Formats: sequence, C-alpha cells, structure tokens
Amino acid sequence: MSTDAGTFTPAPGRAPMRAILRQQVRMELLLTARRGEAVVLAMGVPLLVLLGAGLTRATNVPGDDRLGFVVPGVLALTVMSTAFTGQAITTGYERSYGVLKRLGASPLTRPGLLFAKTAAILCLVAVQVLVLALVGVAAGWRPELSQVLPAIGVTVLATAAYCGLALLLASVLRPETTTAAATLIYVLMLAAGGIMFAAPDLGPAGHFLLPLAAHAEALRNTLTNGTAVPASIWLSLTLWAAVALTTAARKFRWE
Amino acid sequence: MREAAVEVQDVVVKYGDVVAVGGVSLTVPRGAILALLGNNGAGKTSLLQVCEGFRAPDAGSARVLGLDPVADHDDLMPRLGIMLQSGGVYPWATAGDILRLFASFAAHPLDTDMLLDRLGLRKFAKTTFRRLSGGEQQRLSLAVALVGRPELVFLDEPTAGMDVGARQTTWELVESLRADGVSVLLTTHLLDEAESLADHVVIMDNGVVAATGTPAELTAAAGIDLLQVRADPALPVADLAARLDAEVTEDNPGEYAIAGSLDTEAIAAVLGWFATAGAQVTAVNTRRRTLEDVYLALTAGATR
Repeated sequence: MSTDAGTFTPAPGRAPMRAILRQQVRMELLLTARRGEAVVLAMGVPLLVLLGAGLTRATNVPGDDRLGFVVPGVLALTVMSTAFTGQAITTGYERSYGVLKRLGASPLTRPGLLFAKTAAILCLVAVQVLVLALVGVAAGWRPELSQVLPAIGVTVLATAAYCGLALLLASVLRPETTTAAATLIYVLMLAAGGIMFAAPDLGPAGHFLLPLAAHAEALRNTLTNGTAVPASIWLSLTLWAAVALTTAARKFRWE
Repeated sequence: MREAAVEVQDVVVKYGDVVAVGGVSLTVPRGAILALLGNNGAGKTSLLQVCEGFRAPDAGSARVLGLDPVADHDDLMPRLGIMLQSGGVYPWATAGDILRLFASFAAHPLDTDMLLDRLGLRKFAKTTFRRLSGGEQQRLSLAVALVGRPELVFLDEPTAGMDVGARQTTWELVESLRADGVSVLLTTHLLDEAESLADHVVIMDNGVVAATGTPAELTAAAGIDLLQVRADPALPVADLAARLDAEVTEDNPGEYAIAGSLDTEAIAAVLGWFATAGAQVTAVNTRRRTLEDVYLALTAGATR
C-alpha cells in the first residue's frame, strides 16, 4: 500500500484543554439525552410530583400554600435525582464498561474526566431546575427572589454532596447493585424527605440525617418565604459535601 | 540517541498472593513491533497494564518513551495509542461519535472518515457501539487507539473475535504503522500473528519470559530438526543412528527420517554416511522448527 505511505507518521499532541473539556461535556450531555429512562427519572417524576401534589389534594402538606411547599421540594428532588441517582447509575455502568479507564488514559486525563462529569451535572441541574421552576410559576407558584443567591448556594452544596455519594456508591458496588441501591434511596427520600408531604419533624437533627429534607427546607425558606437559610442547614449540607467528596476521592475506582 | 519506546526491567505484578508477572524485562526499540506471545493467564495483559500506567509494578521499573507511566501519566497519554482487550466505549455512543470524540482530544488527528474506511467501519458510523459485533467493536477500538497519531501503540489481543478478513485488514494496518515509524507492543496468543507481524517476539509463560528473539531466531535456535532422505531401501541405519545423537527410521522402503537437533556437521555426516554406504540419494528434504513447535515445547508444562 504505497499510495498512502505516511498516513500514520506520528504527530502526537494534545488539543487545547478547553476544547477537550467542551467536547467531553457535550458527549456526556448527548448520551444523557439519548437515554430515555434517565430523562424520565430526572424530569418526569419531579414533574408528576409537582403537578400531582401541588395542584390536587392528593397529599397533606403543612400550611395553606400547597405550591409554596411542593415546588421547592420538587426542585430539591430534581437535584438529587440527577446528581445522585442518575450519576451513580451512569458511573457504575461506565466503570464496568471500561469507559472510565479508557477516557482516563486519553489526553482528557482523569481530572479532566471528573471535571467534565461535574460540569455536565451542573448544566443538567441548572436546566432542570429552571424548567421545573417555570412550570411551577405557570401553575401559580410565586417565588421570592430576594434570597435567590443563598438558594443557589445550598443547591451547589447539595449537588456536590450528591455527586460525592454517587461516585462512592458506584465505586464500592457492582453496577446492578448500584442501580438498585440508588433507585431505592431515591424512592425512600421521595417518601421521607418532605417533598410531597411533611417530613417527620426531627428538628435540626433531621437536617443532618436527610440532606434532601434539609435542601428542600432551605429552598422553601428562601424561595417561598424570602427568609434566610438556617445555620444548621448550611452546616449540614457543608458537612455532607465535605465528607462525601473526601470519601469518594479516597475510594473512587477507575476500573 | 532517543530512548527506547518501551523499557521494562524486572517487573513484578501481584494480585494478592498471586504472582501474575514474576520479574520480566524487555525492550521495544523505536519503530519496532514486539509481540508478547503466551497463553491466557501468562501475564501479558498485566504487563501491558504496567506500561499503560493503569497500575504501578510491585517491583521493577517501566519506562515508556523515556517517561514513568504512572508519575508522568498526563504527559505520556497524548503520545500513546491504547487498545484495551475489550470495552472502553460508551455503549450508546455511535462509532462515529466516539471516534470524533477521541479525534477532538488530539492536536493533529487523522481524518476519521479515512480511518473508518480503512477499517471497513464506514457503514457503521451511525451504529451504536453495543450493536456492533465483537470484531467490529475491536476494529473501532483500534481506530480510537490510532486517531491521535501516536508514537507508540499498545494493542491487547487486537484481532481477538475478528473473522479472517478483518484480521487480514488489521495485520495490513499494523504493517502500515511499522512502515510509518510507529512503535507497537501487542499481545497475542496467535502464533501466526506473532510470526508474521513482529520484529521481536517475547514468549511469556506463567508470568516469566520463556524465550525471546526474532521469529527467525526463535525457530532457528534448534536448527533443522528433521532430515528426510530418499535412497536405496534396507540400508543398515542402526549404524548411522549410533554415530549421531539422533533417531533414524526407515518409514517406507527407501524413505529415511533422521530426527534430532541437526547442525551442519550432523547433516554432512548423514550425507557422508549414505555416500560411504554406496547408496544413491535421490531426494533430501529438511524441516525447520516453526514458532508453534518452539511455543508448544516451552509452554507444555503449563497446559498439562
């Protein structure tokens, strides 16, 4: 094959890191969009809860403002479903398919892969929260915008905590077990996390036990009532994020 | 002078108490193809994992393109092409998606369509990875390994699961890599693959190097191992056998087989004996050992 001699002459090199990361984030988002069940889990369930519990009397919620209780809870639920459940399932399978190993051994590098995954999750969370908030507004929810920055702050902390827990779960369990565990935790949290109806009132202790309940309550305080985030919630979510990310960093397995 | 493509010294890899690689040394010169040949479980993939930086050796050292595969991982990766034994690709990504993704990681990537054509994958560009057959997945993994125009490629059982045609295509591609100056370290359990592709063969057995050399050296090490001579029947060959360290039989009337490790002097002695016996030699045939004979002899203990 003399006609194409020189085709493979080495010319190695890494593309600019920004371009690499952009392409990887694009791929992560593309693959998420292609997996129907992930989209349904991430958007369909919260949407049903929002419309079901927010507009009908199907569940008992504290107070008269049903949407004021349900919408912030649904926003918190969405963050959990994307950053924890979806992330754990995807990462578990990607590990078993050798994708993490292969991409870690490419010019993308391991830190680059983790960065791209985090960026993709943040993009998804932002889009989903925005869409659900708009649906809430269309249904009659009137959010208070004066406290939107602390609301974003607790959401970033919750996302970080869920990401850490997801990576941890995907590293210690087999992918099938990860899927089962992540889905079970999602359902339990949906039931006990104070989303559709009031969580068991454990006081500040509840903030430390149930990050979803803590996040939901912080969003209710800020977005519905326009009040500050309680210190115990800041502390709880910071602790969850720090412990989850540290443990995940230690236990994370690439193959 | 530039450093070798791969320089492995006394590498040991253990999984718990199990020793997968028990002190292996080898060198892949620049631009050469080295085949690690061995049975499943011989330690080939474990050794490759060390070179690829997936794990540090438990003892010994590995230098790849002059760098440490673990400590210099991020500097090394853009210069390598890695083909895993299986997987490594998102099941829901299409062949085109995944090849373009890896192309976008490289400073001077190959044209992805050209590569798909070369590997006969063009018609699968929009097929998701999980819908490809095993051999098609292997070819895509090979394309992914090559798209960044690496200096050195690691191919772990590159033709496993391929049909004859795909195997031929892959061999031609590996030949092109050599012609263009790419260094290759590949593992295989296929003797013909090692014999036809490799400049250097390292036979591994039970985690250690059983033999090393060019295919020609390995097969020539024992020289000629069978000499067939056609001459007059019923010669007193017991007399010849007594003079040589070889077995001599008359398989059919007039067809003699002299089996053993036969060097030039031994062959001269055989033909001299026929001349002295006054026999008319009408045909002489030699058989050299194939790599398969060498391989089977070396690994016989492991398979039994």
